[in-house]
Amino acid sequence: MNLLVCISRTPETTAKISFAENNTKFNSDGVNYIMNPYDEWYALVRAIELKEAVGGKVIAINVGGPENDIVIRKALAIGADEAVRVNGDPNSALFTATQIANYAKENACDIVFCGKETIDYNGSEVGAMVAELLDQPFISYASKMDVEGTKATVERDIEGGVEVVELDTPFVISAAKGLAEQRIPNMRGIMMAKRKPLAVVEATAVDAKNEIVSYTMPAGKSAVKLIDPENMDELVRLLHEEAKVI
Amino acid sequence: MSVLIFVESNKGKFKKSALEAVYYGAQIAKQKGSEAIALLCSPADNPAELGKYGASKVIHQNLESHTDNMVVADLIKQAADANGAEYVIMTNSSLGKSLAGRVAIKLDASLVSGATSLPESDSVSKKLFSGKAIASIKLTADKKVISVMGNSVIPEEIGSDAPVEAGSYTARTGRVTVKESKTSDGVVPLPEAELVVSAGRGMKGPENWGIIDEMAGILGATTACSRPVADTGWRPHHEHVGQTGVAIRPNLYIAIGISGAIQHLAGVNNSKTIVVINKDPEAPFFKAADYGVVGDLFDVVPRLNEAFRKFKQ
Repeated sequence: MNLLVCISRTPETTAKISFAENNTKFNSDGVNYIMNPYDEWYALVRAIELKEAVGGKVIAINVGGPENDIVIRKALAIGADEAVRVNGDPNSALFTATQIANYAKENACDIVFCGKETIDYNGSEVGAMVAELLDQPFISYASKMDVEGTKATVERDIEGGVEVVELDTPFVISAAKGLAEQRIPNMRGIMMAKRKPLAVVEATAVDAKNEIVSYTMPAGKSAVKLIDPENMDELVRLLHEEAKVI
Repeated sequence: MSVLIFVESNKGKFKKSALEAVYYGAQIAKQKGSEAIALLCSPADNPAELGKYGASKVIHQNLESHTDNMVVADLIKQAADANGAEYVIMTNSSLGKSLAGRVAIKLDASLVSGATSLPESDSVSKKLFSGKAIASIKLTADKKVISVMGNSVIPEEIGSDAPVEAGSYTARTGRVTVKESKTSDGVVPLPEAELVVSAGRGMKGPENWGIIDEMAGILGATTACSRPVADTGWRPHHEHVGQTGVAIRPNLYIAIGISGAIQHLAGVNNSKTIVVINKDPEAPFFKAADYGVVGDLFDVVPRLNEAFRKFKQ
């Protein structure tokens, strides 16, 4: 099977968030970047497991500049067979999805994997866009997937529970917690990753349909009001009269 | 010109999030001097009721299942074209998230998913970095798709019952079959819950959850838990709130015996009011809390349950 895994580069979870250029650009000074956890822990690892079970190859695809190569090499170290970086500025879901769909069309992929969202923009948009551009089914928030031949059985998270669905390849899937267990690259993987192919192709132009007007920080929380543990009637009173939530 | 609102129903009823989407769409229609049209593709006991929240017309075309987003997106596209929709609005639900990108591509439209404000000069707000920042984004294409984050508007009754007409669009054949749906009945799902009672490792073991269930029962709240609790199997996976679990935005979040790691906060920091009960005064969660109680939860929670019970009488 040809398995394509979309990987994104995001600031790490604990990164300090600030903005530059009159609050119109993310300030990347001093920020550490990682592979988006949903892409790495769940999407990539499930694709590798599937290849190990049924054969084929895992291709990691990333849209971005050369600064992303370190994250792509990590995907290769974890077990992707080859990688492609589409050279361009991934400034919108539409731009990114278009590049991925173009590649998937040319390379006849059986399953396209992505994470359920990136931890920076929290958009959850790319997977659905890729699926639409390929005219393929899209299963979001998958927490379990079994594949036999061309038939897949997928469990997906829905409000308050899960739904079990069946469909045939090809399709696009977004990975949530549970789809696989995180794999830490070992020394052999890291060494081999240096020799695995990482192709760089140029992005195609896409007309932007959104414009960031500005970024702002949410108003800070005022200090916590501590309540005497002996006096829970007071807490209930505050929740009712002050916070007005009960 | 019109605003088309894709409305979800569940077992014949409209969830609050669905009414929010209708109200949100109606407010845009008012701004633009156009019409708010609701598209409903699932069974509903009283579709006309959407008129109360601002829909001037309801188009009702039942599909057997919503699960195949290719089929639903195709109907939305047909309805948007037939009604000259400038805006297409939906809920930022699991279905809405799988539809929004598809519909935006079909309509060649701008997309903002998870908007938290009404458009002003075609710009909306959206939270980024799990709530650590807010972006104002302008939708610059002629057509615009917005999925609305829960609790972003308070739906008010602004009209009366709307006329309902049967949809006559062509549904394409689906490629996804639902084998089974496992949801807990009678409980408000976490992403939609107004009141959430959540507990963590401080509970010491699953056998102690009685006091948590009791509190949830008194308040009519939904129960949740932290990641370690779900990982060790003390509580079901779907109760896990946080960055890798469910993101919630209730009016009241009560966190019991949870230290408040940054990954947990990322999933709950959109809550309106946060109460933290922890015996460790240094627990990082107190920094994100509105009200805090430093004490042993096995003393504090039964006392709080008693106080809630007294209040409810």
